[in-house]
Amino acid sequence: MTLMTKFFGAAAAIALSAGAALAEPGLIIDLGGKFDKSFNEAAYNGAKRWIDETGGKYKETELQSEAQREQSMRRMAESGANPVVVLGFANASTLEKVAPDYPDTKFAIVDMVVNQPNVESIVFTEQEGSYLVGMLAGMASKTGTVSFVGGMDIPLIRRFACGFAQGVKAVNPSAKVIENMTGTTPAAWNDPVKGGEITRTQISQGSDVVYAAAGGTGVGVLQTAADEGILSIGVDSNQNYLHPGKVLTSMMKRVDNAVYNVFSNGVDGFEGGIKVMDLEANGVGYALDENNEKLITPEMKAAVEAAKAGIIAGEIKVHDYMSDDSCPVETM
Amino acid sequence: MDYQVILQILDSTLRLATPLLLACLAGLFSERAGIFDIGLEGKMLIAAFFSAAIAATTGSVWIGLFAGISASVALAMLHGLASITFRGDQLISGVAINFLAAGLTVLISEDWFQQGGRTPQLAGAARFNPIDLPFADTFSVVPILGPIYKEVISGHTILVYAALLAVPLTWYVLFRTRFGLRLRAVGENPGAVDTAGISVTRLRYTAVVICGILCGLAGAYLATGFAAGFVKEMSAGRGFIALAALIFAKWRPWQALGATLLFGLLDALGTRYQNIEVIGFNVPVQFMQALPYILTVVILAGFVGKAIPPRAGGAPYVKER
Repeated sequence: MTLMTKFFGAAAAIALSAGAALAEPGLIIDLGGKFDKSFNEAAYNGAKRWIDETGGKYKETELQSEAQREQSMRRMAESGANPVVVLGFANASTLEKVAPDYPDTKFAIVDMVVNQPNVESIVFTEQEGSYLVGMLAGMASKTGTVSFVGGMDIPLIRRFACGFAQGVKAVNPSAKVIENMTGTTPAAWNDPVKGGEITRTQISQGSDVVYAAAGGTGVGVLQTAADEGILSIGVDSNQNYLHPGKVLTSMMKRVDNAVYNVFSNGVDGFEGGIKVMDLEANGVGYALDENNEKLITPEMKAAVEAAKAGIIAGEIKVHDYMSDDSCPVETM
Repeated sequence: MDYQVILQILDSTLRLATPLLLACLAGLFSERAGIFDIGLEGKMLIAAFFSAAIAATTGSVWIGLFAGISASVALAMLHGLASITFRGDQLISGVAINFLAAGLTVLISEDWFQQGGRTPQLAGAARFNPIDLPFADTFSVVPILGPIYKEVISGHTILVYAALLAVPLTWYVLFRTRFGLRLRAVGENPGAVDTAGISVTRLRYTAVVICGILCGLAGAYLATGFAAGFVKEMSAGRGFIALAALIFAKWRPWQALGATLLFGLLDALGTRYQNIEVIGFNVPVQFMQALPYILTVVILAGFVGKAIPPRAGGAPYVKER
């Protein structure tokens, strides 16, 4: 009996210490779904790359509804996952509340700033990446009218729109930029039917390059653009392959790098605070691959590369919509 | 606002109204026969999924359409079984169907395609492509009417025309055939129909199956005509808007066409004019996008006069006590 007790005790101790040393990182996939070909998929790809390179394991849950945020965050922390990555602006208020309850768990949030000692806030300078694809759109457009389809109407998406418009105006000051949002609820991230209809409306208003920053809704935007024979610009992940030769480029937001970094730093390398993923840190950029190389002329590439260097050097200032809730080049 | 813009908005209206119209007519058949159906949404959703999934695997949109209609009819039969044969509560059965469809579609698509509850993108023959009506370009030189024909009427998928044809067909079947008379009677006074020696159960099942077929068309249109593939929850409340339109139309086919076109128009306006200035006052985008829903509330609050549903609606028929 005593032997058994000792044996169990030892086993439990080993299990506990093993758990502490080899904590698996966790990833909470946001609404929109793991394979949205965009934001969430980028995060998943980062986690996958980490697995492929280290052979480790990670825990993953996928939110099904708005109401599950707190529950899944707590469950993830209680299951021993560490560090835990949560995706998307909508988690900020929940994480603000949950993080102090689990001081030993390290959290990382993408796209939002949460001021807690055990939270690392990863933000991207989407306006810079959008500025670059905006320049490409402005140069590729023949009608002088380009358009933007946003997902849910939130400041973050307006930051995309504002950067895009600035880029367009930088190469063609007389260009017209049409901007539409899909909706005002999280359902707007997942409504390709509406996205397609908005795109048709924009085409009828003269647009011949459309930029979608709308999660799963963007799939419908890109599809309609390809059907109607205009160019489109993808977002977050490299979406050039969806309709080869019809997607001008994609505004890459390297959420995969962010997730990968958090996973590989682990608990020991955790830094906390705000981490800005900008052009210089390769946090954002535009996609160039075999699917769109015919669409991007050498002159276009040269102009964009020059602007990229200018932004990194600080010579070109791209206005951030979220800094003052307004955009200098357009009113929406 | 010039003439061209009006045409573009009408074109958009027709596209947006089609799923509503099909679902509304589906509800019309069912409710005229005395079976309330709030499961329109669920039937549309499951039809959208199966039409896209089968079209994606077989490469033929027609096989997809058949699969979508079959799935929708299967759910309709389930509703019939619960509410006609077992005399259950029709509202509860309808709610159950909505939940069932929302869950099943994501579950099956995850199992088949592993793409997070969506189907692969459809291309070529796996989806309904727009068809140009004959002489669209020839007539376009005719002033006023020519552009209407070219821009608004021509260039839709075949399901849009099917939906429009379904309106006179529904009217004819309901008001000019013996079957229609019996169907309406079974929704008003099933006892009288039974006394005349006609099976109430059989009539109601027929109505429910017709409802399933029309919902199937609506769902297939969403996934293979309007969009190119299924995405979870893609019906996005259209089944409920169709129900509101049905009440607005007071259970009559031509009025249903008018009501769904009105909802389509509001949706199109909300998409086109996200920020509109009315006499110096800026109407916010939220208001424009909420318009269809505001209208629904106004209608359901009874602003459009008294809408009297079929008298025997919602009550299971019990032959004798």
